[in-house]
Amino acid sequence: MSELKTETMTLNMGPQHPSTHGVFRLQLKVDGETIKEAIPVMGYLHRGSEKLAERFLYSQFIPYTDRLDYLNAMTNNYVYCSAIEELLEWEVPERAEYLRVITMELNRIASHLVWWGTYLLDIGAMSPFLYAFRDRETILDRLNEISGARMTFNYHRIGGVKWDAPEGWIEKVQETVKELHTNIQEFDVLVTGNEIFQARTIGVGILSKEKVINWGLSGPIARGSGVAIDVRKTEPYSIYDRFDFDIPTREEGDVFARYKVRIAEMFESLKIIEQACEQIPEGDIITKKGKRLMMIKPPAGEVYRRAEASKGEIGVYAISNGKNKPYRIKLRRPSFVNVSILQDLLVGESIQNLVAIFGSLDVVLGEVDA
Amino acid sequence: MSQELLDLIVEKFNTLHGEESIVESKLNFGKPMVILGTEKWDLATAKLLHDDEQLQFDFLTCVTGVDYEEHMEVIYNFYSTTLDQYLYVKVNTSREEPTVMSAEPIWKSADYMERETFDLLGIDFPGHWRLKRILLEDDWEGYPLRKDYITDKKALGLD
Amino acid sequence: MELKGFSETEQYDPRILEDVKKNVFFTKVDQLKAWSRTRSFWPLSFGLACCAIEMMTTGGSRYDFDRFGVIFRASPRHSDVMIVAGTVTGKMAPVLRTLYDQMPEPKWVIAMGSCATCGGPYKEAYSVLNGVDKIVPVDVYVSGCPPTPPALLDGVDKLREKIRLEAKGERVPKG
Repeated sequence: MSELKTETMTLNMGPQHPSTHGVFRLQLKVDGETIKEAIPVMGYLHRGSEKLAERFLYSQFIPYTDRLDYLNAMTNNYVYCSAIEELLEWEVPERAEYLRVITMELNRIASHLVWWGTYLLDIGAMSPFLYAFRDRETILDRLNEISGARMTFNYHRIGGVKWDAPEGWIEKVQETVKELHTNIQEFDVLVTGNEIFQARTIGVGILSKEKVINWGLSGPIARGSGVAIDVRKTEPYSIYDRFDFDIPTREEGDVFARYKVRIAEMFESLKIIEQACEQIPEGDIITKKGKRLMMIKPPAGEVYRRAEASKGEIGVYAISNGKNKPYRIKLRRPSFVNVSILQDLLVGESIQNLVAIFGSLDVVLGEVDA
Repeated sequence: MSQELLDLIVEKFNTLHGEESIVESKLNFGKPMVILGTEKWDLATAKLLHDDEQLQFDFLTCVTGVDYEEHMEVIYNFYSTTLDQYLYVKVNTSREEPTVMSAEPIWKSADYMERETFDLLGIDFPGHWRLKRILLEDDWEGYPLRKDYITDKKALGLD
Repeated sequence: MELKGFSETEQYDPRILEDVKKNVFFTKVDQLKAWSRTRSFWPLSFGLACCAIEMMTTGGSRYDFDRFGVIFRASPRHSDVMIVAGTVTGKMAPVLRTLYDQMPEPKWVIAMGSCATCGGPYKEAYSVLNGVDKIVPVDVYVSGCPPTPPALLDGVDKLREKIRLEAKGERVPKG
């Protein structure tokens, strides 16, 4: 049979599209059902956080870091505060570090649960969304009790944390961990073995190890392709070197591998929380100097500080000129870098796989656009 | 260990470009940092960082542009996944015509981060495959992250 | 209600008069329409930022938006309520207006969160529109950053109240 004569068509996906989970646009050139070219268009949520940072006091910028990756706000809080602490060369009290780790890991699970629910919603399963949000609510209750907010916590402070754990909170967290352990296992049993799910994800959107490193991808995407980079292990920050946990990696590099990595990561986070709840000491939660917010004036200098968020490596490049306002704050947002792979990854894939691949990257648009 | 790495990098740069190719080299919070002029930051230097046996900086983490009012600066943060080491490279450029060679041909991760720097600070990156605005509209005037940019929301029709 | 040439006792068996009083009521078609509209809002699933996650949570298992007849639709052609959940930037504003224009009448807008209401924390940012009411007419403002799901539920309740009062021809109280 002679070749069919085809021509390319431009297809526009977004900015209002239910499976982009925000305002993201993809310009696709398709030939039949094969994608020939994909151009991500972003900036529909560009809020100028970096410029705003230069207007405020050091402590006043913490709420804005919440609104970058709003699903995993605790790590954003942490990385900003720790960058300023490094400039100031402050020591953080033990108890504060433990509270930071517990809240960050709880938040990581909440973030992965949102991904799990919405990703399955994207590829056609409705009920996992309801399960995931049920358990996310339990986590949010715990975080609400300690910070007073459900999503945008504004909990970490330069030099410690804002509130101490209320009475009985640690025990409550331990109970939540037990509950989550059973429930996440149930999710795993419910979905992972499903034949339809596997047919849609195995062998789809394969990323090689070299590509991952060259495109600067991090987080579960990198670990799904066998690149074992996790800042918690490679450059342990806070008190992560005290806990016993693994970095789950898979060699396949497809969508299913990323899924498995995220599921395994939730169990690792639970492990860390368990250990932290047992070891947590009594004591101060913030350094004395940290309470005087107006007086935070780091000496002139610059530092790049990284941490492992649920999406990948988040970094803050802070430059101080000795005044009480930052001279420049650059935010290295993992989703922004991760999303750039789309222009390479989607080429040659069929249109049906687009949502499955895009969802597996787990991008948050607040973070892409800053 | 970091000091040794810094000496090694300085030595390699000097063999490539001749003596005094580096403006300044120091340890910044325990990590090596080298400051270059924009004319010394070329493809050969980038290749050296990426391919050299003892360096192997294969992971470009972060690209930051800074407006220092007298001059501009682009900061590259490198990490080596194989040798587990870090490096800051600062490239100085003039404020009137800020140009820095693009690292995009070697590290693909520079693609979006350099576009963002171009978008918000107006630094030109020759060698970049598609250098255009990424976050703001294509017809946006000015570069918001420059220190002399005045935010006038009434004029933009946003207030 | 008095009708000419119509007497209740002539028309009905007096024994069922009690039942008629209980089960038959008079209303205007407008009010009936308004009542049915308030019981089935179909908002456009249109998330912009942080507030969108709280909007999703409201649709999730604990708060269960469906019991209020609120079902998210992916297309503007199916929907009658637009919940603007998040920061509207200058780049997004024309898209939002297009979506609003594509929705069939009657339609309402809920501005969810402080960004959509007035710019919120990003009031001074160079790219953010200070309040979505500059491009589309807003019926209900929900405060919070982001508003909790109960706050959004309250916002929907306020919108119901507004539609009911408008159909009755009464003044809608402000605030």
